[in-house]
Amino acid sequence: MKARVLLSLILLCGGLAAPEARAGDAAPAAPAAPAACELPSYLLSSESQLPKVADAVKAGKPLEILVIGSRSTAIPASEDASYPARMQAILKDKLPPSEAVHVSVEIQSKKTAEEAAATFVKLMEAKRPTLVIWQTGTVDAIRAIDPDDFRGAVTEGVAALQNAGADVVLMNLQYSPRTETMISVPPYLDNMRVVAQEHDIPLFDRFAIMRQWNDQGQFDLFSPSRGPELAKQVHDCLGRALAQFVFDAAHLGPAQQQN
Amino acid sequence: MTIADQVTGSTIAGTAKPAEPRAAAPAISLPAIGERELRLDLFRGLALWLIFIDHLPTSLLTWFTIRNYGFSDATEIFIFISGYTAAFVYGRAMLEGGVVIATARILRRVWQIYVAHVFLFTIFLAEISYVATRFENPLYTEEMGIMDFLKQPDVTIVQALLLRFRPVNMDVLPLYIVLMLALPVILWSMRWKPDVTLGLSVVLYAVTWEYDLYFSAYPNGFWAFNPLAWQLLFVFGAWCALGGARRMSRILASPVTMWIAIAYIVAAFYVTLTWYLPQLSHLMPKRLEQWMYPIDKTDLDVLRFTHFLALAALTVRFLPRDWPGLKSPWLRPLILCGQHSLEIFCLGVFLAFAGHFILAEVSGGAVMHALISLSGILIMWGVAWVISWYKRVADKSGAKTKNAVGNADMAGGG
Repeated sequence: MKARVLLSLILLCGGLAAPEARAGDAAPAAPAAPAACELPSYLLSSESQLPKVADAVKAGKPLEILVIGSRSTAIPASEDASYPARMQAILKDKLPPSEAVHVSVEIQSKKTAEEAAATFVKLMEAKRPTLVIWQTGTVDAIRAIDPDDFRGAVTEGVAALQNAGADVVLMNLQYSPRTETMISVPPYLDNMRVVAQEHDIPLFDRFAIMRQWNDQGQFDLFSPSRGPELAKQVHDCLGRALAQFVFDAAHLGPAQQQN
Repeated sequence: MTIADQVTGSTIAGTAKPAEPRAAAPAISLPAIGERELRLDLFRGLALWLIFIDHLPTSLLTWFTIRNYGFSDATEIFIFISGYTAAFVYGRAMLEGGVVIATARILRRVWQIYVAHVFLFTIFLAEISYVATRFENPLYTEEMGIMDFLKQPDVTIVQALLLRFRPVNMDVLPLYIVLMLALPVILWSMRWKPDVTLGLSVVLYAVTWEYDLYFSAYPNGFWAFNPLAWQLLFVFGAWCALGGARRMSRILASPVTMWIAIAYIVAAFYVTLTWYLPQLSHLMPKRLEQWMYPIDKTDLDVLRFTHFLALAALTVRFLPRDWPGLKSPWLRPLILCGQHSLEIFCLGVFLAFAGHFILAEVSGGAVMHALISLSGILIMWGVAWVISWYKRVADKSGAKTKNAVGNADMAGGG
């Protein structure tokens, strides 16, 4: 936790200088992102890569992406506005028109990482995706699952997804300031980071990203609003950030293609 | 200043009076202290402030808490000093009044802590129910699953009363309750052979690690602080209070101990630094990392325990009992808080809840954050002062009818 804060500060200082140029390089074709979505570049970069996504795009094969998540992957009654749908739209914009992108979503509400991982073999046989984005941790944190067991379950799940031949991106919990006193989040964030490092797979740090937006005042995540507007805006930004993240981790940028 | 001095004056007198005439009786090696050990109060007060700050969301102040500079944190200080003072107060009670009386008084204290815990739980319930009814942001439908336990209030409340259901940040008091429940046995055994008791405690600690023993929690998982492991600090505190500290004084005074402690603390600081500055982590030997991680708080990792020992050794060496600064008005707020630790601890947990609430309802800016932290500490100080004042007044009026020994209860434990 604390580590991330200081790290953020340090990287923020470094990152502030560069992001303008970078954004310009990477996405010339994509429509300009709303100002509210702005993020320092370190939150969108990963040292781990997505070789299978890169190969598929290079070979012109369709890009099949599967998002496995719990309820925070969806907005009630507005599926088209949730981040997987937004990511699909942005990726289509960013990639050449010939490239087919299809995002499917598998919501496993109220399932812990262990329960979700048990379904992976069958799921992968049915869908055969190039890339799986696995959002998890929230249910485990709510139920206070033993963090070691959680790490074991995530490790098994990632292994199952990789064995089925897919690239994997892990996505951690939402930043939820209202429930901060009620849900102990840090152990789950830390363990997901560890698993991502051990398997050398990219971790999309949804928690840090949303906290950044809240701290910078782009979104007021304390808002008690009952309407779907805030959720839609946040998911739109998450979808953009995720698309950018996948794009960079698979080295699909124009600079990369020139090499 | 004069007010503060008066307050201490009375507290010292309160605990000292019953002690002095009997300290001469050489039944076991109770330290012949005629004066309240202000260093204990000082550091317990400090621990309470740090626990409060750590329970608030991260802010600039968080950087002043010791957990960022080494393995151990305020919890170790709190539990060790609690063991020390509890053994000191109730050990004397056991000498004077016998096992049965001392046990009865310890149980009364346990009851007080238990009631305090239930009180905090009630506040937590109120807070969570408020959020559940007012907050329906579709972004967080999933996180609201935490309210599911409200659907079964019967089960949840009974489990909370059994200390098995504990919300976030409410882990210390249940640990303390279990440790205090064991105190009669610990003291009884200490009276027989202190070193053997400490040895048994180490054995229990080792067995806990070896066989992975734990206290289960509701709805699943286990206690965030495993009493079977944390008892080591508590018993060690008791052992120090009952003469161990005096017998160790030669070891503590040796420069070798000092340098080992310094080296260990510097090494721990460096390791902590690698968590915040990952660039440094390649300087860490992989072997060492594999052996060292994870540094387990639940089971009081050996690294945490030794880190606390090193800190304590240096503190005892460089901060003598008669250090004039202990009487300085600047440290008075800390000492006052440390002298009423149960009340101030509960207040701290409550203030942390309230602080979260204000941050959520009013605004979450850095200024507000600093304001909340600061006013929280001021409130803790103020309440500690009022309690001291009240006890002084109550003692004065009660002294005619009641033996002042009763006051030891208040000085101890909490």
